[in-house]
Amino acid sequence: MTYQFDFGWLIDSLPVLLKGIRITVQLILIGAVFGVALGIACAWVRALGPKWLKPVVATYVELIRNTPFLIQLFFIFFGLPSLGIRMSELTAANLAMIVNLGAYSCEIIRAGIQATPRGQFEAGASLAMTPFQTFWHVVLVPALQRIWPALSSQIVIVMLGSAVVSQIAAEDLTFAANFIQSRNFRAFETYFVSTLIYLALAILLRQLLAGLGWMLFPRKASR
Amino acid sequence: MSLIAITEVKKRFGDNEVLKGISIDIAPGEVVAIIGKSGSGKSTLLRCINGLETIDEGSIVVAGAQFLPDEVHLKALRLKVGMIFQQFNLFPHLTAGGNVMLSQMVVKKTPKKDAEAVARKMLDRVGLAHKFDALPDELSGGQQQRVAIARALAMQPIALLCDEITSALDPELVAEVLAVVKELAAEGMTLVMVTHEMRFARDVCSRVVFMHQGRVHEIGAPEEVFSNPRTPELRQFLGVQ
Repeated sequence: MTYQFDFGWLIDSLPVLLKGIRITVQLILIGAVFGVALGIACAWVRALGPKWLKPVVATYVELIRNTPFLIQLFFIFFGLPSLGIRMSELTAANLAMIVNLGAYSCEIIRAGIQATPRGQFEAGASLAMTPFQTFWHVVLVPALQRIWPALSSQIVIVMLGSAVVSQIAAEDLTFAANFIQSRNFRAFETYFVSTLIYLALAILLRQLLAGLGWMLFPRKASR
Repeated sequence: MSLIAITEVKKRFGDNEVLKGISIDIAPGEVVAIIGKSGSGKSTLLRCINGLETIDEGSIVVAGAQFLPDEVHLKALRLKVGMIFQQFNLFPHLTAGGNVMLSQMVVKKTPKKDAEAVARKMLDRVGLAHKFDALPDELSGGQQQRVAIARALAMQPIALLCDEITSALDPELVAEVLAVVKELAAEGMTLVMVTHEMRFARDVCSRVVFMHQGRVHEIGAPEEVFSNPRTPELRQFLGVQ
């Protein structure tokens, strides 16, 4: 084996790489916040919401969970313009991630809601809270606490899955890696570096989510 | 004038009629114990009084608030009657103080500062002022049940429903909860309790209702019911010949 490793290109390509990282981070932050919010709303509908809304949400969830993310992305970016709905690559990428995470997190959060003991709903009701007030103030936080590890994993999966948005030329980290590689022909080094960056981002994201859980959920003082 | 008027209430679960026409009138300040075998409908009756179960026939009126199964009527009814559960049902993510404050702020829109003052007062009333910041997990069963009582009291109900509130407690913790209930009774709170604590029922209650197969089988002052049971079912339930 006579291949000479060369990382000299890194310095020149740093601005492109940094921009890619920025876009990927931005995509996952926006995607996670709005995706989980959408997931909570959908989980409420499926577990406790009005009957007439349930089939609507069920259709959405099944549609998204049983089709490839790439196709969803293409549909939004290339398909919707036929209906006159046009958006930038980045907006399309954001939207696709929100819609995708919304469907998956809906099912995770619903599991957390449905594991709530009946007594919690009854306690809320007996204190004259409406069903929605009971959901919002009593049920939601313990439900999220129950499924927080699963939800965190799903968010990381969506972050890693965001690599495919490069296919519609959204300039994320994968787009940057492809771009750099097509200039320097150093495929091994370029993808090695981008792999490390994804790894670091994923670990960082997990830490961030663990910290958020630590802030959000109560802990015993003695622990 | 009765505070709680239960008239000819019938309740079915499918084909199973669990309440077969119950009528009880409860006056303000009365402490009523409901006793009976499991399956006699005593818990169901209690749950009907604050609308956790719907009724199929008859009527329930609490201080002018009629039980109708819509949100407005349910809220009016539940503001008048508090409920304490066998399993405490404290909110696990909130401190003892937070548990007592929540419904005041959410339902009555009480400002946080005032809700906290009320919560401290109510926790003090059940002897747990020092546990304001403790999570339910950090409290014993007896303490959790006393927080639940404080939580119900914070809504200033005119009557409290107690559904076997000492049944899930270790024997040594029963006394501290009953002491709180006894104090409430002495202060004139109207109480309806489903209980297996016969001695407590005899000592504290003004009336005892014995339910059997979905009907009020015997009703009367505790001395009457316990010392002079008239029906074989009650004699058998009490274990006397």
